[in-house]
Amino acid sequence: MSHVIAAQAGKGLSTLWRIMVLTWRHPWMVIITILSCFISSALQLWTPVLLGQAVDRAEGVLDGGVGAADALWTIAMILLVVSILRGLFTMSMNYFGEAVGHHTAYELRLAVYEKIQRLSFSYHDKVHTGDLITVGMLDLEGVRMFFATGLLRVILLGTLIGVGAYMLISTDWVLGLLALSFAPFVAVNSSITQLRLRATWLTLQEMLQNLSRVMEENLGGIRVVRAFAGGRHEMHKYNEASDAALELAHERVNIRVNSTSLMNVSFFISMGLVLWYGGERVMAGQMTVGTLAAFLTFMTILQMPVRQLGLLVNSFARASTCGNRLFAFLDLDVEIKDEPGAKPLKLGEGTLRFENVDFAYPSAPFRPVLSGISFEARKGETIGIVGRPGSGKSTIAHLIPRFYDVTGGRVTIDGQDVRALTLASLRQAVAVVQQDSFLFTTNIENNIAYGDPWAKEARIARASEFAQLHNYIIGLPTGYETIVGERGVSLSGGQRQRLNIARSLMLRPAVMVFDDSTAAVDAGTEQRIRTAMKRFARDRVTLIISHRLSSLMHADQILFIDEGRVVERGTHEELLALGGRYRALYDLQVKPGDDQLEAAE
Amino acid sequence: MTEATLNTEDDSEDRNRRPPRAVVGSSLDREEEVFGKAYDPRIVRRIWAFVKPYRSQIYLSVAAVLAFTLTQLAFPLVIRYAIDNGMAQGGGGRSVLLWCIAGFAGLIAINFAASWVQETVVGKAAENVLFDMRRAMFAHLQRVSLSWMDKTEVGRLMSRLMGDVNSMQEFLETSVLSVGDIVLLFGIVGVLLWLDPLLGAITMATMPILFIVRLFWLPPAKVSFMAAHHTNSSANGALAEGINGVRTVQSLDRQQVNFDLYEEKARANLRAHLRAAKFAQVMVPIVDTLTGISMATVIVVGGQMVLGRQLDVGVMVAFLFYIQRFFDPIRSLTMQYSVFQRAMSSGTRIVEVLDVPVSIEDKPDAVALSRDMDGSVEFRNVTFGYRKNQPVLKNVSFRVNPGETVAIVGPTGSGKSSCMSLVHRFYDVWDGSVTVGGHDVRDVTQDSLGAEVAMVLQEPFLFTGSVIENIRYNKQSATREQVIDAARAVGAHDFIMSLADGYDTKLEQRGGNLSLGQRQLISFARALVADAKILVLDEATANIDSYTEMLIQKALKRLLEGRTGLVIAHRLATIRGADRIIVLQNGELLESGNHDQLMEKQGLYSRLYTMNYSSFDDLPENAEDMVATAVGKAT
Repeated sequence: MSHVIAAQAGKGLSTLWRIMVLTWRHPWMVIITILSCFISSALQLWTPVLLGQAVDRAEGVLDGGVGAADALWTIAMILLVVSILRGLFTMSMNYFGEAVGHHTAYELRLAVYEKIQRLSFSYHDKVHTGDLITVGMLDLEGVRMFFATGLLRVILLGTLIGVGAYMLISTDWVLGLLALSFAPFVAVNSSITQLRLRATWLTLQEMLQNLSRVMEENLGGIRVVRAFAGGRHEMHKYNEASDAALELAHERVNIRVNSTSLMNVSFFISMGLVLWYGGERVMAGQMTVGTLAAFLTFMTILQMPVRQLGLLVNSFARASTCGNRLFAFLDLDVEIKDEPGAKPLKLGEGTLRFENVDFAYPSAPFRPVLSGISFEARKGETIGIVGRPGSGKSTIAHLIPRFYDVTGGRVTIDGQDVRALTLASLRQAVAVVQQDSFLFTTNIENNIAYGDPWAKEARIARASEFAQLHNYIIGLPTGYETIVGERGVSLSGGQRQRLNIARSLMLRPAVMVFDDSTAAVDAGTEQRIRTAMKRFARDRVTLIISHRLSSLMHADQILFIDEGRVVERGTHEELLALGGRYRALYDLQVKPGDDQLEAAE
Repeated sequence: MTEATLNTEDDSEDRNRRPPRAVVGSSLDREEEVFGKAYDPRIVRRIWAFVKPYRSQIYLSVAAVLAFTLTQLAFPLVIRYAIDNGMAQGGGGRSVLLWCIAGFAGLIAINFAASWVQETVVGKAAENVLFDMRRAMFAHLQRVSLSWMDKTEVGRLMSRLMGDVNSMQEFLETSVLSVGDIVLLFGIVGVLLWLDPLLGAITMATMPILFIVRLFWLPPAKVSFMAAHHTNSSANGALAEGINGVRTVQSLDRQQVNFDLYEEKARANLRAHLRAAKFAQVMVPIVDTLTGISMATVIVVGGQMVLGRQLDVGVMVAFLFYIQRFFDPIRSLTMQYSVFQRAMSSGTRIVEVLDVPVSIEDKPDAVALSRDMDGSVEFRNVTFGYRKNQPVLKNVSFRVNPGETVAIVGPTGSGKSSCMSLVHRFYDVWDGSVTVGGHDVRDVTQDSLGAEVAMVLQEPFLFTGSVIENIRYNKQSATREQVIDAARAVGAHDFIMSLADGYDTKLEQRGGNLSLGQRQLISFARALVADAKILVLDEATANIDSYTEMLIQKALKRLLEGRTGLVIAHRLATIRGADRIIVLQNGELLESGNHDQLMEKQGLYSRLYTMNYSSFDDLPENAEDMVATAVGKAT
């Protein structure tokens, strides 16, 4: 469970510190990386010195040329070894630098995934899926890259520039300053440019998203577009979005080019100054050609790292914003979790009871959704719940498996408050068939067995028979192996709902809730599902939530919910006789003014 | 893949031993990044067509790249000249040095100008080409046949419009640079040989070695990079699935199983990335070693020559400078090859979209359907289908008189929706003709047809934007008052006013903040604003709560007032409100007449009707049998 520790590591520290703490969870790799970094920079700085010596030896200015040939051989061999070692240590620095990032990312990925799975419905209600995907992919990337492109670069550039500057200035301080004169300018320029590019990049992404939304809606709604002959209108919308993005793209080119051209110019200007002043010194006999060559080589070595300062600034900025979001996400409190001392559900009779239940969504605590709901359902009983959209009827379903927690009263199964139970045992015992079913992009078999992946094939087939789906499935060319979901075979709304029902049947729940789960199933099939389910319903409590009365007329008790309260309750006949809201709805739903129907009934 | 097939013989209850039948993330492989032919002249020609308008910019920037590269080549030469002819004993001294500095300054100016011109011009031209390409694709998609659109996933099209077009960008921007790389490579070779043929040849002996090494390195390295890319998108896919399906996961208590599966993916991703990093980094010591060898050669061989006065010391310095830039062009050129391959495969996919045939176009002599046509619709012996030899409509004839409302009913698959599409000429008939206001739809312009035939689809589709923009849609001439009147007429005004900003409320994606019924009402208002003579409407089948349902029925009446209406009806209330009913079955017109006449006939209609379903689409799956008996009776 290293990811759990990783997610907690450095909690409370500032973002960048926290990333460093995370990084330090792989101390050996970090140490190897940093040591390699020091060694490879030292070797790299040695190269121009060796080259300078070689030039001087060749010119015979040292020791009057005595033993020059041997000295050249020695220098050449040292240079070769230095080059090889520099290559090896650079490799080790880069590799382990990357590896630290990937190991950190691995732990963070797991932590993010686990958190997503554990966060309760109320969180997922208010957060866009797109934002979560951003956290799990882009923000995580930003944090991952920080060690290799941020921290490590600081050490590398610090060593190269610092030691390099010292070496240059201590050799000849005027020439040294001239050689380095480009550095501050380029560093500042590149940092500012990177920050500006980053800012415009974010805007550009937004514009491109806008553009792709225009296209996506156009293609998705192509029938509307064609039906209203809206082609020209759509092209106009497209052009607007596209031109704005193009303009910004051009602006970004300008920012980038101005900066790189200026950086090149400033580099070459200081090179020219070094050549000029150095040339004068050489002619005056105060300096050897080799030293001048060493200076010029130093400059070429420093050119890259100085330019990269901008990237470094960018990396810090990115890590800081990405890390902020990522850690804020990881530190979120999970609202609904096992309470301390939670026990697994002990099933006896399987009686479900709502006792004076109140509920309001955490996002709107003063707007009650349910108030004072009470009912009891024993094994084998069916409860029907009806009400207009927004009346709170679906909320009742969500309180039983603790998708949300009640704000008043309690929900019990066999006398045990659901909040005192372990979530796993509770959710195994309560199945809610939702109206919107999510299909996973895998085969039908896996989709049905989603809640019980170890189930035998026979059980899967039986569940889909109950849900009136089996015949359809075996009619498919690849039967239960058929892949459905996003890019698989598409199922109709009714088929999806039936698959959803089959999926819930796999759980052998003690409480089964149908939350408007047959809205898209045709009446005939629904009738047959109901018949099949009769046997199934004998061993459990069944709740049917619907606005289609035919789905729940047969219930043992029907609750009519309005504005979060039970306004009428009783059997179908009792409620009809009552002549209240239920009756009015019934009249509305049966064919208006159709006597024939009454006769047929 | 972590997919585990269930061992059926295994009867054990041991859940720890048997792997679950479970996967996270898509079971389907992502769209393979196909490395097709590296060079396909046909594709290149098509892409060139987009570049062509900017060719003067391209020539200019190629010239700038050349100038830039030449200055890069010249800098060490100036240094060499300054050392040998200026600083060396017996050289020209100060004046030469100053001349060299002046030359250096000149080169800097050229370098600056060239790099500025080249990057700006190429960068902008590349962006222009991309946007042109995307616009051409998008505009083309506005004209391709709907049957092609039906078969094609929006997501796939989007990945071509965004992803493939973007991957052309890398290519367009770098291809001009690679001209510079080639020049630089040959330039360095040339300059070194010119400075000293012997030393040059010995020094460059390492160059082919690197070339060969990279040739062997590239294929496995590419595989490892691709693998890293794949495992990454696979893990990200699983994450996205976990987010989208989180409610299902929690309600079915699947967290632990999913976590274990995800961990495997994350670990595979980690391993693939480490492997790719190894491949990427292994080149570093190789290049450094080869550079070291070259430098050592220059020091030993060149140094001896300088000692022996066969070589100027400045040449040696120049050599050392060139060696440090030696391997850059080789590195970027080999990389450029992959970029080129990727661009070719993207280009192929882009051209595919551009080549989708446009099946429905205005005739050259098409006339505009005039406003004062009578508004009748007539089908004459229409035969039509989507797939060869599988007609969906067979010899169907009927007429809708001006101002009349006709309901089309029939079981799923009877050809109702096709009728509707044909009025709008989404498709062309195989045989027979469809006329609107006395004109064959093939003889009028599609724009005028769209203006006179309004359509309400079964699934209301709303665009991102405000309510008013959605109602107005492309009828920009509609005033705010007209929009509000329309909304009032269909009964949408009240709920629109209750939204945060009334008519200016921004709708979330596809109107996600509205209920289905409300979206339906807005799409009614949109049709009302369009104010066409003819209304074609496909009634929603989905279950809408009874209250909204009532509103919709009222709105429908208002919508059909004074218009010719062709309604694909599912609700009995709608059907009974129609002037005439046409019953379709298996693509054939079975019965037509008003409700009473049809009930008298005791045919399919009366059977369907008496089956007591509140909607005609609520047919049980054995409708086939039932219909068969009904037909048997009718004939």
